[in-house]
Amino acid sequence: MSHTATHEDHSAEVRKEVTKVTIILSVLTVIELALGFYMMGIEAAGTRLLIKGTIVILMLAKAFYIVAYFMHLKHEVKNLIMTVCVPLCIFFWFITAFLIDGNSFRNLRNTYDPHFKAQSTIKVEKKEVEHKEAKEEKVEKKEGLQLDAPRTAD
Amino acid sequence: MSTTTTATTTKLWGGGKSPFDVEYGKLMMWYFLMSDALTFGAFLISYGTIRFSTNGWPDPNKVFKSYPFAAEGVNAPLVFVSIMTFILIISSVTMVLAVQAGKEMKKKAVAINLILTIIGGIAFLSCQAWEWNHLHSEGAWWGMNPFLNADGSASSTNFTNYFFTITGFHGFHVLSGVVINIVMLIMTLTDQFEKRGHYLMIEKAGLYWHFVDLVWVFVFTCFYLI
Repeated sequence: MSHTATHEDHSAEVRKEVTKVTIILSVLTVIELALGFYMMGIEAAGTRLLIKGTIVILMLAKAFYIVAYFMHLKHEVKNLIMTVCVPLCIFFWFITAFLIDGNSFRNLRNTYDPHFKAQSTIKVEKKEVEHKEAKEEKVEKKEGLQLDAPRTAD
Repeated sequence: MSTTTTATTTKLWGGGKSPFDVEYGKLMMWYFLMSDALTFGAFLISYGTIRFSTNGWPDPNKVFKSYPFAAEGVNAPLVFVSIMTFILIISSVTMVLAVQAGKEMKKKAVAINLILTIIGGIAFLSCQAWEWNHLHSEGAWWGMNPFLNADGSASSTNFTNYFFTITGFHGFHVLSGVVINIVMLIMTLTDQFEKRGHYLMIEKAGLYWHFVDLVWVFVFTCFYLI
């Protein structure tokens, strides 16, 4: 008898937690969307970056709530939490290193590859029929870049 | 006597009892999900690297701006994708409820919540199918990008390549999740879990389904918002 009572209590507790997390996830999503809408009218690069940073933080918060409560990881043994979380720390390096690398590649090309720089400043008309031509042109462009960039960077 | 020896000799795990306090299948599901997280992480980081290495990039608000049955040339950015996001969140919630009902050995509640989860998954897949079809009709596909960069310069096909590859990979995960959930539903309705005396299998399917939702949080942010 007492066993079923505690069981019911636990069940109610879980349901309460699920409701709470659902509300948190919905609110975070709505805030993200509101920021997305707000960002559409903003041109300043600095402000846009700030909003994007906020969205990423909200995204990580959502990820935490899904993993911790929906996937139940928060209520597991510490050994399991560590086993799952510690290896994923590789993402700190993974994201930092690769984004810095991409950024550095762009800077190098902008500095040493006049063709790359020029291409990204030319405004083009709305492209409708030029699918195939544009594709071929782009392939050439890409090959050109791959050959040019490292050579000039040396 | 024995307690003193274990206390003094070693601090390593001596076997006999699971150090993780979960059953084998669930632990292995966690390991699988970790490897899957690395796969998706590699995809998204690759996308980020390419985006950082180019000067211009298409504006997602100009690309994803339509929804089903909308008039031609409608401008409603973020609307359709927010519906997709909520569908997936709600289906994740029903999955939690199915897992909880399984712990309480309530067969009927498990079946109802599983059905709701499956409906959510199919709804999400339908939305994605519509969006892919719509983008394809606009001339976007692997190797084809009709959208200009946000600043009006010519864009490369990187944008569409990454979009279709990553959302496609995620959509495939949703599809396998739906299939797994259907299998779970059949097993529930044929009393397989009742015979076993536990619904632990539902928990593993649940972990997978939440992971799919988790990945969508990242895909949604990376492609549609920023």
